[in-house]
Amino acid sequence: MVVRERFEEDLRELQNKMLELGNFSAEALTKSLDSLENKDIEAALEIIEDDTKADILEEDINDFAILLIAKQQPVAVDLRRIIVAIKIANDIERIADFAVNIAKSTIRIGAEPLVKPIEHIREMHRLTLQMLTLSLEAFNDEDLSKAKKVAEMDDQVDELYGQTIQDLLQLNQSNPGHLPQITQLSFISRYLERAADHVTNIAEHIFYLVKGKRYDLNN
Amino acid sequence: MAVLTDREKTMMKQETQNAEETPKRVVYNTKDLNLWYGEGHALKNINLAINENEVTAIIGPSGCGKSTYIKTLNRMVELVPTVRISGEILYRERNILDKNFKVEDLRTRVGMVFQKPNPFPKSIYENIAYGPKIHGIRSKKILDEIVEKSLRGAAIWDEVKDRLNQNAYGLSGGQQQRLCIARCLAIEPDVILMDEPTSALDPISTLKVEELVQEMKKDYSIIIVTHNMQQAARISDKTAFFLNGEVIEFANTDKIFSNPSDKRTEDYITGRFG
Repeated sequence: MVVRERFEEDLRELQNKMLELGNFSAEALTKSLDSLENKDIEAALEIIEDDTKADILEEDINDFAILLIAKQQPVAVDLRRIIVAIKIANDIERIADFAVNIAKSTIRIGAEPLVKPIEHIREMHRLTLQMLTLSLEAFNDEDLSKAKKVAEMDDQVDELYGQTIQDLLQLNQSNPGHLPQITQLSFISRYLERAADHVTNIAEHIFYLVKGKRYDLNN
Repeated sequence: MAVLTDREKTMMKQETQNAEETPKRVVYNTKDLNLWYGEGHALKNINLAINENEVTAIIGPSGCGKSTYIKTLNRMVELVPTVRISGEILYRERNILDKNFKVEDLRTRVGMVFQKPNPFPKSIYENIAYGPKIHGIRSKKILDEIVEKSLRGAAIWDEVKDRLNQNAYGLSGGQQQRLCIARCLAIEPDVILMDEPTSALDPISTLKVEELVQEMKKDYSIIIVTHNMQQAARISDKTAFFLNGEVIEFANTDKIFSNPSDKRTEDYITGRFG
């Protein structure tokens, strides 16, 4: 018999709010790379404007979580569910910020054609997005195998980041006139690498949620 | 996975370290305790070692045996005619279930506080002085000292010092309960058993008793049965979770309320059943 049906419902609502924030950040990240590739300044500006929504969603999650703690006095896994939601919401909100940073770089690069195709950046972006989706599923299902997969994918992102930076440095030597753009592209790959780290944090939080112990997946 | 192994190793090390805390002396050691009420098997193979100068909380749903267990610790359970007990309960290394063990000796060492405050229909002073008098203390001066010390120890002195000769029934429920705790302290016990001591009290009185319990563990070993899980979490060092007459889990309270090992403990403390 489920005694605390109302509380279970509240926890589900918390989870839904998390998914909403997660989907928002995933979409912002998608749009940010599209704006870069399509040189779509309008779209980039839109991402920057829309970011307040992520802030509001995160605050909403925090307020809801605080009320749940005050009213239900949760313990053990219930308490971890709520604490972890607060932490994950923070990581997801940071990812939306990186989308904003990418949009700002896009605006700085402006109409100037890209000096070379950006496969590595695109691949980092694809992986980071996939990690984010997977981590949200892992959170929703409390599924450690998915959380583990996220951590593994982060290694790939890190490797790609190293390669991208090396390529961009070489490109800079052969195309010194394009320094501002190459710098922005370096920033963008850095933003993606950081975003992937935040997704890895989410995976760590899920481990803590399920196991009640801390794991460091970022090394 | 390689990323996890190192971390897991560190954690295993930490767990071993936690287990190596300075050992405390055991006040009560229950070994393979079984108890039947007629045909009903109320306690099943209970093995618990209770440390001195700690607060040990016993939690579990109604009918799980927690009150029965605490009542075996001062042999009050024997008052039930159909009761049958096997196993050992070592109090300070002596088996209290042994035929030669005098129950009177135990009662002077082990005080008890019940769910409902049960002061004697006497003055506040007499409530406290009663026990010491029975134990042969006649000197008014010594009795006065005991009364004051006990009432202070139960954090009620300031509220009653000007009306010691008034009937204890005139006190509020919360005051009566602290008076009963003071009565318990008057015989300078070693252990205090508390059977849901705050379930009939208002929230403020409850918090006062909780504060008191934590104060008292410096001088006494306290075993408390409680239905209030937040109370167990707040005031106890160790918690035993009873279910259907068995001890499901006995561990540090921090562990029980943050990350219990047994699914049934988790379900109970998170309110999934019970």
